[in-house]
Amino acid sequence: MNAGFLPLEHLPALQVVVPLLGAVLAALVRRGAIAWMITLAAAWSMPVIAFALLDQVLTSGTISYALGGWAPPVGIEYRIDQANAFMLVLVSIMAALVTTYSLRSVASEIAPERQGWYYSMFLLCLTGLLGMVITGDAFNIFVFMEVSSLATYVLIALGRDRRALISAYQYLVIGTIGATFYVIGVGLLFTMTGTLNLVDIAGRLETVENTRPVIAALGFIGVGIGLKLALFPLHLWLPNAYAFAPSAVTAFIASTATKVAVYLLLRFFFSVFGIPIAFGITQAAPMLLVLAVLGMLVPSLVAIFQTNVKRMLAYSSVAQIGYIMLGIALVSQTGLTGGISHLFNHAIIKGTLFLAIGCMVYSTGITRIEQMAGIGRTMPLTMGAFVVAGLGLIGIPGTAGFVSKWFLIMGAVEQGLWWLVAVIVFSSLLAVIYVGRIIEIAWFREPVATAAAPRKPPVEMLAVTWVLAAATIYFGLDTRITAGVAAQAAELLLAGYR
Amino acid sequence: MSGLTSETLVLLALCLPALGAVGIAIAARIPNLREAVTLTAAGANFVVVGTLLVRVLDGERPVAGGWEVFGGIEIAFLVEPLGMLFATIAATLWIVNSIYSIGYMRGNDEPRQTPFYICFAVAISAAIGIAFAGNLLTLFLFYEILTISTYPLVTHKGTDEAKAKGRVYLLLLLATSMLLLLPAIIWTWVAAGTMDFAPGGILATAGLSAGSVGLLLALYIFGIGKAAVMPVHSWLPAAMVAPTPVSALLHAVAVVKAGVFTVVKVIVYIFGIDFLAASGAGDWLIYVAGFTVITASVIALMQDNLKARLAYSTISQLSYVVLATAILTPISVLGAALHIAAHAISKITLFFAAGSIYTAAHLTEVSQLDGIGRRMPWTMGAFTIAALSMIGLPPTAGFVSKWFILSGGMAAENWVAVGVIFVSTCLTASYFLPIVYRAFFRPPPAATPEHPAHGEGPFPVVLALTITALGILAMFFFPDVPFALSEALAGVEMAK
Repeated sequence: MNAGFLPLEHLPALQVVVPLLGAVLAALVRRGAIAWMITLAAAWSMPVIAFALLDQVLTSGTISYALGGWAPPVGIEYRIDQANAFMLVLVSIMAALVTTYSLRSVASEIAPERQGWYYSMFLLCLTGLLGMVITGDAFNIFVFMEVSSLATYVLIALGRDRRALISAYQYLVIGTIGATFYVIGVGLLFTMTGTLNLVDIAGRLETVENTRPVIAALGFIGVGIGLKLALFPLHLWLPNAYAFAPSAVTAFIASTATKVAVYLLLRFFFSVFGIPIAFGITQAAPMLLVLAVLGMLVPSLVAIFQTNVKRMLAYSSVAQIGYIMLGIALVSQTGLTGGISHLFNHAIIKGTLFLAIGCMVYSTGITRIEQMAGIGRTMPLTMGAFVVAGLGLIGIPGTAGFVSKWFLIMGAVEQGLWWLVAVIVFSSLLAVIYVGRIIEIAWFREPVATAAAPRKPPVEMLAVTWVLAAATIYFGLDTRITAGVAAQAAELLLAGYR
Repeated sequence: MSGLTSETLVLLALCLPALGAVGIAIAARIPNLREAVTLTAAGANFVVVGTLLVRVLDGERPVAGGWEVFGGIEIAFLVEPLGMLFATIAATLWIVNSIYSIGYMRGNDEPRQTPFYICFAVAISAAIGIAFAGNLLTLFLFYEILTISTYPLVTHKGTDEAKAKGRVYLLLLLATSMLLLLPAIIWTWVAAGTMDFAPGGILATAGLSAGSVGLLLALYIFGIGKAAVMPVHSWLPAAMVAPTPVSALLHAVAVVKAGVFTVVKVIVYIFGIDFLAASGAGDWLIYVAGFTVITASVIALMQDNLKARLAYSTISQLSYVVLATAILTPISVLGAALHIAAHAISKITLFFAAGSIYTAAHLTEVSQLDGIGRRMPWTMGAFTIAALSMIGLPPTAGFVSKWFILSGGMAAENWVAVGVIFVSTCLTASYFLPIVYRAFFRPPPAATPEHPAHGEGPFPVVLALTITALGILAMFFFPDVPFALSEALAGVEMAK
């Protein structure tokens, strides 16, 4: 590798700057198709950069990049290790796939004069998400959090159902509260340590760890991020936002936005505060465990009774976040490996499900479960992908969902928490019911007249959906990338920054 | 065939039915070609499994796979005698059943035949995967694939009844496997540090207390819902809503045998019969299995619907296998393995006959069968042979297996088991012999517009049930192959 070659050295900056510039360009051209091409180019360059960064991290360790040449702690540091390199890859691949998918899906759901804005907002959202992951500066995280959130509000409001506006407004209110809590927490940390650089904060917390402001900061940051990641019972914004946003947006934010928030939680609890504060002094683990368990059970039950398929999947997402939180609450190598693998696996699975539903919406305009009667027979490829991903959601062996559940159960068994094993498998059983219900209606109920002759979904939409469906199977049988990297990330996080 | 390595053959046996499923999908528009694909896949699979059988009888234990999934756990295959026996049964009967299916599905103008044959082929792949699984994870993988691939077959008719019963089927099988079997597997993995099937078991050195061993065994027995030990049996009568070829091959052979096969395999290769006998942690199983044998027989006695009666008979006979294994002596385990084969071929014949009656005469209830033996002599002749085998009378396959189970029970002086077998033999005779009597010795009712006069079922149907009926007799006179495999099953050392 040629270290003097300019772009390679500046890859961390490019990861954020390229989509940002793309967003500006897309806003300037305004025309849907051209804006899409700009987005496509920007989005596909993201996984290239992310993989290059991951490769560097895996071969030569943590990358520290001083933005604008200002060395930390004065300037902003971009800091990439195994944990966030993995996240960068996940977010950028999902962005690239969803962009490929979105041309005709967006064209069918959003008015032509707004499509340019749509792509611009999509890239801004991507910028924010990648920025939150890559940066090593607490206040910079806040800035990117706002960038991605503001863009997401707009994206949700672009949904064709009028209720999308209310949903976006709800998310705006709750999201702003979350961001405010976060920034209050960061402010407290800054008062106590005099720095915003995450590594420096971690280093200086040692002397003040058992003080009230630090513990308050942990609480504020925990709740703030908890709102963003839709931790039960802070999830109230999520079902409506997912249900009424445009199909491509739902697929993208469902597989990235909450996952990035989970990453932030991991980063703060394990790396910055460290286990001694987060799980020693404040005893956050039992509380997280309770919320995780409730989160796995209650939203799953609610999902069973939904009438809108996107809302049903949204409640399922809240439940799956419960699984991820469970992995965190176990505070062990196995548990964390399970949690982080589930973060990745669930992104793929839920992405597939929402993309398949997007194909269905494109072809038929249907979102109500009752209207889906016989849709499996008229759209076998679309609903076939839905079934594959649905099996993944349940956690059938041979799918990605099984792998993460295996690690979570192992984690529970290791600590002798047999009741927790029962909760995990019982929650999977609830997934059998809500997924099985859709499958039964889609495949075994006679088609209704309105859904008899849907237009064919475009080939690129189907292709992207099936790429992810195939990934659901692939990562169920080969876990070197997912569980392997997740184990490394877990090790790194458990060690903390100190 | 002889040029191929055993590893290739194992993988071929797993993939051929799945490839057949792909071929069926491609040939969907041309029914004759589609059926040819099914038969070709079934035939090729039989040749492959047959070649493996010869090698296993020679003492070879082929292995394949070994893809690490995570943390030292692999998808791996190991062909041992019991699995070979199960795979041979499944592969042989798949051919016969395919012939039968073609006659039945066409004779009844069933809708959506292509998805039917696809799911069928996938289910066979899964059954072979279970048979050849080298460790618990691999077995669990194919176990769940089998559940999921058979669900569309149960719901095939698409009526409200079919959907409701499909729900019972899917939920009960998935619930037991996820709530009980998966934790049992993970517990085994944590306790023993391995999940490979090994002769003599892997739990003897794991240091579990007798109570824990008993609990773990319970998790396995009730977690393996496909073995239909009461109270997790109600999915099996529900599954009877499926077309008869499904009931015949899957819910008399592949699925339920996968269940009892897994039970035998877990007891022999995970617990080890010596360890389980010494710990005394498995004694309760005799009572649970015995209770199921007798209760299911009594319920069968009360069923007027022919398929329902056969279903409860299956539940009873499956627990025979569990009971025989639970006696925990080599001879009874030998009997258990033989009974898997004997019951498979007998019960498939009974279902074939039930389907033949339904196709030709549209009758489903036992009370409607007066004099049907005169109109359908081949069908009811085969039915009679199979019924004798279920009771355990010579010269049929059922006699052979029951002989060894009884010998094992007596040798172990397990009088509870012996008593259960005695009572259930009487019960089995009382729910099968009246059907035979009715069919041959009661006068047929006069033909009515709803039930016009009819002859035999379609030719492929009659051909298939004749073949299996002859198989029942053949297994009595030439039991060498199933016997050799059962004998070679670990822990069975027969003094000749």
